[in-house]
Amino acid sequence: MSTVTTADHHDEHHDHKPTGIKRWLFTTNHKDIGSMYLIFALVMFFIGGAMAMVIRLELFQPGLQFVDPQFFNQMTTVHGLIMVFGAVMPAFTGLANWMIPMMIGAPDMALPRMNNWSFWILPFAFLILLITLFMPGGGPDFGWTFYAPLSTTYSNDTTALFVFSVHIMGISSIMGAINVIVTIVNMRAPGMTWMKMPLFVWTWLITAFLLIMVMPVLAGVVTMVLTDKYFATSFFDAAGGGDPVLFQHIFWFFGHPEVYIMILPAFGIVSAIVPTFARKKLFGYASMVYATASIAILSFLVWAHHMFTTGMPVFATLFFMYTTMLIAVPTGVKVFNWVATMWRGAMTFEVPMMFALAFIVLFTIGGLSGVMLAITPADFQYHDTYFVVAHFHYVLVSGAVFSIVAAAYYWLPKWTGHMYDEKLGQLHFWCSLISVNLLFFPMHFVGLAGMPRRIPDYALQFADFNAFISVGGFLFGLSQLIFVWVIIKCARGGEKATAQVWEGAEGLEWEVPSPAPYHTFGTPPQIK
Amino acid sequence: MNAKQSTLIGKLSLLVVAMFAFGYALVPLYDVFCDITGINGKTAAEPVSAEEAIVDTSREITIEFIARPNQQMPWIFKPEVRRMTVHPGEIHVMNYLAENPTIRSIVGQAVPSVSPGRAALFFHKIECFCFTQQYLAGGKDMLMPLQFYVDPALPAQYSTITLSYTLYDVTAQWQPDEHDNASEFGE
Amino acid sequence: MAKTRGWRWSLPALLLAGPACASGSNLNMTPGVTDISLQVYNLHMTIFWICCAIGLVVFGAMFVSILLHRKSRGVEPATFHESTKVEIIWTAIPVLILIVMAIPATRVLIAMEDTSDSDVTVLITGSQWRWHYEYLDYDINYFSILATPRGQIEGRLPKGENYLLEVDRPLVIPTDKKVRFLMTSDDVIHSWWVPDFAIKKDTNPGFINEAWTQVNEPGIYRGQCTELCGMDHGFMPIVVIAKEPADFEIWAKAEEARIAEIREEEQRLLALQMNLDEQMELGERVYMAHCAACHQPNGEGLPPMFPALKGNQVTMEDRAEHIKVMVDGRPGTSMASFARQLSLRELTSVITYGRNAWGNDTGDVVQAAEVYEYMQGKGSN
Repeated sequence: MSTVTTADHHDEHHDHKPTGIKRWLFTTNHKDIGSMYLIFALVMFFIGGAMAMVIRLELFQPGLQFVDPQFFNQMTTVHGLIMVFGAVMPAFTGLANWMIPMMIGAPDMALPRMNNWSFWILPFAFLILLITLFMPGGGPDFGWTFYAPLSTTYSNDTTALFVFSVHIMGISSIMGAINVIVTIVNMRAPGMTWMKMPLFVWTWLITAFLLIMVMPVLAGVVTMVLTDKYFATSFFDAAGGGDPVLFQHIFWFFGHPEVYIMILPAFGIVSAIVPTFARKKLFGYASMVYATASIAILSFLVWAHHMFTTGMPVFATLFFMYTTMLIAVPTGVKVFNWVATMWRGAMTFEVPMMFALAFIVLFTIGGLSGVMLAITPADFQYHDTYFVVAHFHYVLVSGAVFSIVAAAYYWLPKWTGHMYDEKLGQLHFWCSLISVNLLFFPMHFVGLAGMPRRIPDYALQFADFNAFISVGGFLFGLSQLIFVWVIIKCARGGEKATAQVWEGAEGLEWEVPSPAPYHTFGTPPQIK
Repeated sequence: MNAKQSTLIGKLSLLVVAMFAFGYALVPLYDVFCDITGINGKTAAEPVSAEEAIVDTSREITIEFIARPNQQMPWIFKPEVRRMTVHPGEIHVMNYLAENPTIRSIVGQAVPSVSPGRAALFFHKIECFCFTQQYLAGGKDMLMPLQFYVDPALPAQYSTITLSYTLYDVTAQWQPDEHDNASEFGE
Repeated sequence: MAKTRGWRWSLPALLLAGPACASGSNLNMTPGVTDISLQVYNLHMTIFWICCAIGLVVFGAMFVSILLHRKSRGVEPATFHESTKVEIIWTAIPVLILIVMAIPATRVLIAMEDTSDSDVTVLITGSQWRWHYEYLDYDINYFSILATPRGQIEGRLPKGENYLLEVDRPLVIPTDKKVRFLMTSDDVIHSWWVPDFAIKKDTNPGFINEAWTQVNEPGIYRGQCTELCGMDHGFMPIVVIAKEPADFEIWAKAEEARIAEIREEEQRLLALQMNLDEQMELGERVYMAHCAACHQPNGEGLPPMFPALKGNQVTMEDRAEHIKVMVDGRPGTSMASFARQLSLRELTSVITYGRNAWGNDTGDVVQAAEVYEYMQGKGSN
């Protein structure tokens, strides 16, 4: 799509950087901050994953064996919060930090000091959240959706810390989003026109706008929860003239765009990987951009499909059912475009491609169950059962997380200068692929058969499936240890990577040497 | 940092602030939306004046009265009758009995909800104990009146309207003022 | 029937046989026992097959491409990368499919929302963690709580057939009649779900929701709360017994008589002295059913949310406060008023139990008259 005419390699000669802990604490370098975000996300992924293991351990058999119901609820809640705000979102922000400046030919992010801040407040947010688990009364136990009045009148005393922690996460995300937008708008290299930008940059630009639009709404709603609980307001308390359903409207006004915040960058990643390994240009670039934008706009008009059982009037229910179904159209266009990109290409199947292909298939399964969930009368049966759990884990684990893993494999050689171990990577892929399906596919069945979500114990007819799901869960958890090993091995050494790394790779990030020098594009490249 | 960049940052920050405000604006917006559409069966919080509505004797609407003290509200609270058949446009009075069996004074607030939600738009209250907080001394009882009529414009598909009151103990938030006519019922 | 064979199947078999096993009752949505639930089931299956067909086409094309268009076969990549015509086609076709899906969905939804002309109305109130049913056309109301013994949950006893799906007093409704449910809540949001009726509706505190059903077959139908409502969300099942209309009337008469009898008995009880053993026995049963979830079977509670009763100042010393808390609840906490949930006899016994169990050993024997006196209050004390 674009070529560099003035290669810019003199950077390497003054490639000095501060050393030790100070380098990481005070760094304003987008690559350092990107790495920190990614490592942080990986750590959080394992902490959240450990909680998932506790959940699956308790659900391995009917009866209460290991944890009490209150702690179980804390596990489901904090698992959700950590995976959404601690693993998936920071991982995407990390990828944005690393790749966006390199993809648009900018020397760094536009606001490097704010970049440092937006990362460094994040560990404190999660430290606060995790500490609540060890406080008397325990951590948040009202689900990551914290529906009022369970999270207000009926919640424990650590709710204030939960609110504070969510505020910090929100501030971090908003600062990150502002940085991304300013970088993309102002710092593109000459000739990098809007419609020449890689799709990862496009999807992140749109994601950043979504973040700026909805994270403040989340901040608002947690503040209302705080004042309802501690300062006698009654936004959500019927006794004082409030309405608990209002909470859900405000929450999901944030919550649904949030879902797309976690998947749009994934679309960008897959749109980068598939053409590389198919050795063919991305099919329908322009339609991909328009589809992303229309998904983002539609995401503001569908929130109440999470609330079909709250007793909305028929006309509102119908409106949200139709808009939700409509989202399938641009999403479908994206999937069709990827398949068309593969069609008559010359494909090879390195690990990033394998994860991207798995993403397309499994995300589509999650998308199709999403269409089923949109059908309101059927949703009355699916709502809040394991069918929903299956649905959103298909789009978030085998969707968002797989895309992040694919991105890590795809760009690891660029980051470290070494090729990762292809054999180990393939092993990681196959173990993940099989176990993720063992884990989440049977959840469709238990959900349809009638098992509600967020319960620590269940009726006997669900027992065999749950044992099966738990085994899948443990295997998936173990499989991710291979990933850590691959990363460590790759960081330490391995076959030297070329600048282009992948035969079919195109774009500015592949024109700088591997590993990417500490400073890149000090003088902007010229794009034809 | 150049000027173009600062302008952009300024605009984006403004958007953040605006969206935070929008989150709060959703609260009154939701109420307005409910008033227009009848979502959630919210009835108007203010009395309507008793208009000379034309009585439609050709139609009969069953009104069901549900009265529930919340579980932490010790009052006994019930409607005089459970069901009433009315013609649209007719003005009716329904009395609710409230009794405070405890020895302490308690202030109650009734929260109305109408089902089906859309019917709330056509259920007009001329006078209602739910507009204000109600004070009741320990051991006392009182009759709390509701004066209402059903709008003749009620769509034909509705033949039953359920009006539910949940009574909450709001003694902690009790702020007596001159608008409260509660005590005159109580004594 | 409780055991499924499913999990022994390997994953590929599951994936391929997905449609085939979709008809097995343990793996799929129930067709239920009402006309509406059958319509919902048919809608679900229609959408399911459409989704399978879409999946087949998309994944088919993808796998063909993966098999044929690989570099190892020596192919040269093509260079095409856009086609407005194709883009329009694959935008338009999904739109058409969605319209086809939306039409029956809209029809079923409108039928589900029509609550007019019902024969029986039941007010359902959720609270942590029990259901309350009140028949508006009869003088019947009662609480319905989990009947599975704690021993089964904690693994000390073998689990029964209807583990976690059994209650002390099920909801009883007539068949072939339109039964309307009004739903509300006393504390947090719950959700009343009976899959066989295809009803799932949230119970919102302070607000009222409606749903209806007309059951065709007499039988016992089970469901659960489906909105996270706190600690024991997983332990508030729903059991509905549908009886022939004539049987239902017989049941209703008997139930009205039973409730009237309890009221009479309460009057008799006031004059009666119950001894400690008798009260401890009944009190323990009541405690395990209503209190043990929060305050724990050993009385040690789960502080700070749920205080310990063992060695508690109220249970050990302040007898009047103990009665007051049981009758009025503690506003602003999870401690509900039990005045309406328990009979006077049960209430009295559980107070006595709390004052003598787990080494509290106050020796206090509370009598019904004392509790009744507090409940009546009336300025006398």
